[in-house]
Amino acid sequence: MYEVIERRMIVPNHHELTVRAPAVAASIRPGQFVIVRPDEMGERIPLSVADWDAKAGTVTSIFMQVGASTAKLARLKPGRKIPTYAGPLGKATPIEKVGTALCVGGCYGIGSIHPVARALKAAGNKVYTFIEARSSYLVYWEEKLGRVSDGVFVVTRDGTAGRKGHIDKMPAMMEEAGVKPDLVIVNGCTFLLMRTSELTKPLGWKTIVNMNPIMIDGTGMCGVCRLSVGGKMKFACVDGPDFDGHEIDWAEFLARRKSYSPEEIDPLRRSSSATHF
Amino acid sequence: MNDEKPAKKTLDLKRRPMPKQDHLERRKNFEEVAFGYPPDTAVEEARRCLDCKKPFCRDGCPVGIDIPGFIRAIVARDFAAGIRKLKETNALPAICGRVCPQEEQCEKLCVIGKKGEPVSIGRLERFLADWEAASGKLEMPEMAPKTGKKVAVVGAGPAGLTVANDLLVLGHEVTIFEALHDCGGVLTYGIPEFRLPNTIVGREVEYVRRLGAKIHLDFIVGTTRTVDQLLEEYDALFVGSGAGLPWFMEIPGENLNGVYSANEYLTRVNLMKGFRFPEYDTPIKQPSKVAVVGGGNVAMDSARTAVRLGADEVHLVYRRGRHELPAREEEVENAEEEGVIFNLLTLPIRLIGDEHGWLKEMECLEMALGEPDDSGRRRPMPIEGSNFLMPTDAVVIAIGNSPNPLIPMTTPGLEISRKGGIVTDEATAKTTKARVWAGGDIVRGAATVISAMGDARIAAASIHKYLTGQE
Repeated sequence: MYEVIERRMIVPNHHELTVRAPAVAASIRPGQFVIVRPDEMGERIPLSVADWDAKAGTVTSIFMQVGASTAKLARLKPGRKIPTYAGPLGKATPIEKVGTALCVGGCYGIGSIHPVARALKAAGNKVYTFIEARSSYLVYWEEKLGRVSDGVFVVTRDGTAGRKGHIDKMPAMMEEAGVKPDLVIVNGCTFLLMRTSELTKPLGWKTIVNMNPIMIDGTGMCGVCRLSVGGKMKFACVDGPDFDGHEIDWAEFLARRKSYSPEEIDPLRRSSSATHF
Repeated sequence: MNDEKPAKKTLDLKRRPMPKQDHLERRKNFEEVAFGYPPDTAVEEARRCLDCKKPFCRDGCPVGIDIPGFIRAIVARDFAAGIRKLKETNALPAICGRVCPQEEQCEKLCVIGKKGEPVSIGRLERFLADWEAASGKLEMPEMAPKTGKKVAVVGAGPAGLTVANDLLVLGHEVTIFEALHDCGGVLTYGIPEFRLPNTIVGREVEYVRRLGAKIHLDFIVGTTRTVDQLLEEYDALFVGSGAGLPWFMEIPGENLNGVYSANEYLTRVNLMKGFRFPEYDTPIKQPSKVAVVGGGNVAMDSARTAVRLGADEVHLVYRRGRHELPAREEEVENAEEEGVIFNLLTLPIRLIGDEHGWLKEMECLEMALGEPDDSGRRRPMPIEGSNFLMPTDAVVIAIGNSPNPLIPMTTPGLEISRKGGIVTDEATAKTTKARVWAGGDIVRGAATVISAMGDARIAAASIHKYLTGQE
């Protein structure tokens, strides 16, 4: 069993979860993920990792509450024990000296891009971070990201923080700032991964996306996380989760990502914590 | 054949039937299909054994169980002696008695089988194991004095549990590392409740734990700690990390929604208890028309699972004929009784979806059988122009899988075969890396529980020799 050290709502619908898992904390690297089960009846869900402390033996994730299992995670209180916190899983994001790196994050990815930016900075790169959110109240860790980047750019749909607009504004903002990335790395919701890849393709900016398909075991056994990359079948849990964003069949991925949406949401309507009218 | 003892008693050519759940009833539940022999039936069945001077049956057993020995004990109604005899060579009798392909192994070589039906060796094995569990008195084996040597075992499936069992009895310290949240490997995530209840797997795991095994769950060897890191702490290491990436057919449409690998389908249902959704959180779709592609035990398990999940029509689609089905005969019969429709000599060539990315039909070809191929089975040949469409909401692909890639990917110095398995020496189960042994699906790809246990037994003997300086 793994002890929950902290669980708090960091911005609406997004939670920061810190768990004591010393073996994971000792071995995890940027871009990898863990598999978490909130209780004995719970689903195994993959969570990207946003930070860790090898000395204290703790690991932190940011997750968005979507369905039944994330709702359970969102109710955890410090001191509670969860039965599964396994990892690290997946290949680490390759950290090399490339020159200038642009780290793009949205939703939970604002958190999970953080260790990537930190490692790229430590490897001697110039690192810029780009955050996308619907509104200022959904932006978090701006300062924390600032500490590991040479500059942070923010864009919000309603313009209440940073520039008004969405990820489409990114290329223009980079041009204004004179930033020419040698590598773009994107973490976050599927739409952000796809849209960023579409924007960078004509610019010829190499783009790595950290994919987030449905998973069960996460160890290379069940095959549910498969996706088409460059026309070949790949498995996100062992071949990824990082892939070249310009090579992915996004339409197929979006459809697969949604295959259990009704089942994910349905139990919420009947759970005891739901409001009954 | 010359030393075959002539049968003195009259040959009893018919095996005793094993009572099972009514087929209409069992379509609706996940409870075990077969109830097992009551004691009197077991004794009657055991009496059919000729107690051959040269027991061929034993040669057919990958772990070399003293089959006439335990059957003799049943005839004498000394069930305690029987289970003791069985456990000398087999740590998991309740499991082997249920899932071993006996008709290909021990029972295939049974002398009575030449004239009538072979002795039901598997059912008798199961009887003894269940008798012991029901008696509540679990007899522990005699343990060798502690050697102080430490062995790490990767994977708590049939191979890992067997290695652990053998080495513990020999006095070594054993720690098992399991990546999933439950022990048993394929026995737990793959084989359905109705064929092998998880409580039975749990019982066998508990036995290995009582022998002294330490078990770390949710521990992914390769990433949580690497094999090299574990070798700093342990004197020897056994890799039984099992099955990996499922094979697909490499035909268009395999990434459509509604297309499952058998591993995904069975894991959702068995390990994650998807059949009890929403009580359990892991969902499983309940489509009305399901097609399972393949003809092995995993395909039968998937088809019968789909029946139980309430599908109106479940098809088994296999490119060869009834005679070539690799599944156990008993499970093929069970599937037929339960209403699975067999589409034999049929090969899927394309999966077709709707505009939202959901599967709606499958294009197939009819096949004919040609000359035998390398595998000795008649080669399936497509009949040109025989294309037809089969409407289906779900396809489960059960055509096999590769060895799990995690350890091969993270362990330098291990020789890996072209198919992704760890290369081992057949006589010792040694890998090309010092102090590392391997067995089961990680070496062979998809194989049987008993072959994994056979590998494990060889590995344990070799590890023991190494640890005690006998080599």
